[in-house]
Amino acid sequence: MNATNPAQKPTAHDKHTSHRGTGDTVRIDGLSVSFSTDAGAVKAVDGVSLHVGAGEVLAIVGESGSGKTVTARTILGLLPETATSSGAVFLNTDRGEVDVVTLTNKQLRQVRGPDVAMVFQEPSTALNPVFKVGWQIAEGLRAHGKISKKDARTQAIDILRKVGIPDPETRVDYYPHQFSGGQKQRIVIAMALVLGPKLIVADEPTTALDVTVQAEILELLRRCRVEFGSSIVLITHNMGVVADLADRVAVMYNGQLVEQADVSSLFANPQNDYTKRLLAAVPRIGGGTVEAVERARVRPKGWAESEPVVKASGLRIQYPGRLGRAGFVAVDGVDFEIRPGEVLGLVGESGSGKTTIGRSIAGLTRVTGGSLKVLGHEMNGVSERSFRGSRDQLGFVFQDPASSFNPLLTIAQCVAEPFIVHGRASNAADARAAVDELLEAVQLPKSFGDRYPHELSGGQRQRASLARAIALKPPLLIADEPTSALDVSVQQRVLEVFADLQRDFGFACLFISHDLAVVDIVADRIAVMHLGRLVEEGAGEQVLEAPQDAYTRRLLASLPVPDPIEQAKRREALQELVASEG
Amino acid sequence: MTALLDDPDPLIPAASTTSENGKRGGGGGLLRYIIIRFLLIIPTVFILVTVVFFLMRSTGDPITAAQGGRLPPDELARRIHEAGYDQPLFVQYLQYLGQIFTGNFGTTFSDHQQVTTVLVTYGAATLELAFYALIVAFIVGIPLGMLAAYFRDKGWDAALRIFAILCYATPVFFAGLLLKLIFSVWLGWLPVSGRASIGDELTMQSLPHPTGIYLIDAFQTGDPAVVGDVLAHAVLPGIALGFLTAGVFLRLVRTNVISTLSTDYVSSGRSRGVSEFRLVRKHAYRPALIPIITVMGLQIALLLGGAVLTETTFEWKGLGFQLAQYLQARDYVAVQGIVAMLAVIVAITNFIVDVIAALIDPRVRY
Amino acid sequence: MATTSAMALVVPRKRSLLERLPIVHQVRQSVGVQRGMLVTGLVITAVFVIVAVFAPLIAPYGFAQLHGANGKDFGSQQPPSPEHIWGTTVGGYDVFSRVIWGAQTAASVIIVAIVLSIFAGVLLGLVSGYLGGWIDRVLVVVCDAIYAFPTLLLAIVMSIVISGGQSQVWGGILAAAISITVVYIPQYFRVIRAEAVRIKSEAYVESAKVVGASTGRIMFKHVFRNSTRTLPLIFTLNASEAILTLAGLGFLGFGIEPSSASEWGYDLNKAIADVTSGIWWTALYPGLAIVLVVLGITLVGESMNDLADPRLRGRRAVAATAGETADISVVPGGPNEAPGGLESLEPGAGIEEEGIEVRE
Repeated sequence: MNATNPAQKPTAHDKHTSHRGTGDTVRIDGLSVSFSTDAGAVKAVDGVSLHVGAGEVLAIVGESGSGKTVTARTILGLLPETATSSGAVFLNTDRGEVDVVTLTNKQLRQVRGPDVAMVFQEPSTALNPVFKVGWQIAEGLRAHGKISKKDARTQAIDILRKVGIPDPETRVDYYPHQFSGGQKQRIVIAMALVLGPKLIVADEPTTALDVTVQAEILELLRRCRVEFGSSIVLITHNMGVVADLADRVAVMYNGQLVEQADVSSLFANPQNDYTKRLLAAVPRIGGGTVEAVERARVRPKGWAESEPVVKASGLRIQYPGRLGRAGFVAVDGVDFEIRPGEVLGLVGESGSGKTTIGRSIAGLTRVTGGSLKVLGHEMNGVSERSFRGSRDQLGFVFQDPASSFNPLLTIAQCVAEPFIVHGRASNAADARAAVDELLEAVQLPKSFGDRYPHELSGGQRQRASLARAIALKPPLLIADEPTSALDVSVQQRVLEVFADLQRDFGFACLFISHDLAVVDIVADRIAVMHLGRLVEEGAGEQVLEAPQDAYTRRLLASLPVPDPIEQAKRREALQELVASEG
Repeated sequence: MTALLDDPDPLIPAASTTSENGKRGGGGGLLRYIIIRFLLIIPTVFILVTVVFFLMRSTGDPITAAQGGRLPPDELARRIHEAGYDQPLFVQYLQYLGQIFTGNFGTTFSDHQQVTTVLVTYGAATLELAFYALIVAFIVGIPLGMLAAYFRDKGWDAALRIFAILCYATPVFFAGLLLKLIFSVWLGWLPVSGRASIGDELTMQSLPHPTGIYLIDAFQTGDPAVVGDVLAHAVLPGIALGFLTAGVFLRLVRTNVISTLSTDYVSSGRSRGVSEFRLVRKHAYRPALIPIITVMGLQIALLLGGAVLTETTFEWKGLGFQLAQYLQARDYVAVQGIVAMLAVIVAITNFIVDVIAALIDPRVRY
Repeated sequence: MATTSAMALVVPRKRSLLERLPIVHQVRQSVGVQRGMLVTGLVITAVFVIVAVFAPLIAPYGFAQLHGANGKDFGSQQPPSPEHIWGTTVGGYDVFSRVIWGAQTAASVIIVAIVLSIFAGVLLGLVSGYLGGWIDRVLVVVCDAIYAFPTLLLAIVMSIVISGGQSQVWGGILAAAISITVVYIPQYFRVIRAEAVRIKSEAYVESAKVVGASTGRIMFKHVFRNSTRTLPLIFTLNASEAILTLAGLGFLGFGIEPSSASEWGYDLNKAIADVTSGIWWTALYPGLAIVLVVLGITLVGESMNDLADPRLRGRRAVAATAGETADISVVPGGPNEAPGGLESLEPGAGIEEEGIEVRE
């Protein structure tokens, strides 16, 4: 990475876009932003120059810490007090061009709303829970001039209808919690649109949403540009989203702008090394099929008849309700098997019950119906005491790398836990040799054993987590969204380590993810969950190439691919699919 | 997800989940919540009454406590037997529960009054004092808390926070003594103690329907001088007790408004050009109010504890003053009765407060 | 790929031992007004502790002394004079000496009360929060009931139970401390229980469960050690409440007899009548002592609370050009505690976790 330090800064006026000249909606010139943190000053943005033309969609892409969000927030002057910025952000307003960095608070307020508006990442927190959505939409109108209650309401209903909220006359009086996640994001967009801004800054507008909902919101944003003529600055880490929506792409890394190009040439012909690596790291559907076929080919005879490590039949899991209320049924009548050495990828959106299945296999969630056999134990009605002895045959990798290690213990102490608990070592020092070996297996230096969890990056911690899970060479591993909290390049590395370990140790695995492309890389078979039911299961290529279930087809079609031309076709296919479903 | 499993607090209304299909739950959530919350009053009162009963009785019987040493041993034993204090403790406990269930909290030892009568006679005065104190607390605490949040980390904020801590750090009786010293003794502006001048008190007591709440009674007399006299007596106790609570309110409002100000929806308002002041006053205040109201319920306890001290300081003849008298007289039947009754009052107030909080939060209402 | 191995080369800077000490760390972390408040609080608290420890050296007379070396009585309600710089009380005691000795009483009560309530509250909270089930439900209802009740009234009941209302030196201090303890157990219980419940669902505890660690091992190795972080904060807040409760008890005549020890609340009670006749010195000084001590301890507690919460913590402003450009995820300290301000802005690329399974 150091050897390929992104040095080639492109000029602000790229050859494809220079003709836009001064008609730009926003022009950022040599912007630098520093933050004061506990660890001292951190420069988040370093000399970035950008511009967005009228009606243009500019995607700013980067991984965490790249400074993309800070750059976008600067356009609205929405930085916290700990930030100091230099450079200029020229915004084209009704009153001519203004430099946002130099504006007073009062002037900033005039600009925010009518000239530039923002769409936030998490729709459930971007709406005030105690006010009706109509009131919240009207709030923006009131902030920019007198408007009667009736007019404000009419406008709110109107804009709600435009963003696709059904029955807006009634729903204008609803509170945010009465809407679904996707609808909330539509309302957040409506709040921005109602003021008719020339520029919308959308900060990861679909990241918190499921992939099928994401497709709908992307469609809505596209309409914003067509019907309202707004320019859009789209902040995202998702290359598929970029390919779907953007006209032009700016790639940021470590606070600097490393490449800027129009969307087709960026994907077809990336110039900067970082961009190339970033694109290469994005998982693509179909990427893992070859390996899966190869793995299947070398399996010994009679494998298909061997005793499965996990066997679920009619599995049902219901969470206990509160005070007599019926509990939520997370998993309902699910059948599947995992044979020794096989990786089953479990895919689904939020609320599909996939994590619950993983947790029930590990004995973390109680099975309430049907049968779930894990390593010969029936989990329906199992007692922790009788299962504890078999826990050395089971590993678990958790989703959140930030909390998967006890912050007060060193990595070596944490990884040594399985050895100590199962009597293979008397203390952490005793297990150290084995721990060092494990750290090497996940490609971490031995010296990392002496560090505390917070001294490791997310990807490193996730690999250490893998090391802990395979410490006792278990025949079964459960990986619950192990990469979903990681940047795409880090994710690639963790997936590689995972594949290597699986090959060397030969454990069976339930790999849970919301991302079909990720599951495709590692899994032999794929199972798709939807609202607590298993809707489709089969070999990877079978599910991905010839899906039988309508939901799987929809899920597959909604997944944006990092290729603008291919994505345009997929988008049309999805619309046909949705139209045909009615 | 795990949060649901743990079920950390059955009291938190279960209306936070929203399915992708839009609304869920429909009506009935609030009513259900109110009923469950209401039923929870029973164990609360039961626990407190039980705890107080066994604690008080673990020191021995109330007759020995009050009269021991002053009566010959056989006379003492006879009285103890008459009152049933020689029965097994558990039998006494069941009898006591039975009495409380029928609304009988016992008879005081020193002046042979029903505890319920004591409550009726002196409760009005305490209620009146609490009312004044709450008014002072609201007027002072909430706006200042919002101001402190608005000016956070600036000089004004620091000054207001020090003021809040001082309100809380000053024991009510010391504040009361200082106020008396300055405004009554040195300046002579306000009366030293009591609820009204003796003459006015007699006038009010001779009314056909005295309520015991002097402000109302004073208006009943129709004499502005009486009203003025009653209000003059209320100023110092009201301020002494009110500022204690005001300090708590100020800190609560400040912290909650500041945390709310860092939420996305406030940023969202800011990104649409809503003014900073309006963000504090509208967007941050109302969501911040929900935890504040919940905590206010707990302030009732502080207020009642403070009332005991304030009433003693200002000889405000209320329940707290009376309680202190009974304590001096070692009349533990009276103490136990008053404490048990206060438990009921506290439990009911907390119930009402929780319902109000639920009403403000639309996530519970639907 | 190379990203992560490059990160490995960045060796995190370890904070020195001095910087990691609780108070020192916070003073360094604080800025501006917050630092002012913290330092003021620390100074007042330090003075209080010094006075309490060295009371016998500082106070010119004993707390129950009625006459000087010459055998002559001090006299009742004497105004401040060179012999009695803060005057004498209605009972004929020297006000200055009693205020100084009172610090010792207050400090002893605080220490005993806090030590007792930590043991009881922490243990109960841990068991209740981690094990859950019916024990938890019962304990929560009981503690909530007690928590909602006026602390002063409960303390009175407790002090009646323990000492019958009157008490001697250590008996008095113990009685007061135990009364206060019983009252504050629910507060410790609530805080520790909430922490235990939160930590219980952290991945590292679940991981220990999956590994097969015994309940005892999980509770003490993982839950207990991580749930005690907030304790110093509760100490300070409860210490101030303990002083106020002690003074309240004394004021109502349930404190410590004047001949056993000096207690500010008791002195204030005796001063009620004085004030009416314009005698200010008997009330002013013990009262001010209470206010100052509570103010000092509360300032420390509040500042620590603010500093622990990134949303409430103030930060220095920086020059635009300052600071290295660094990948945020390797900022020393890491995402667990470091870039509070940045974290909210740049929540990490794959934040999908937020929306994925939490709604189940």
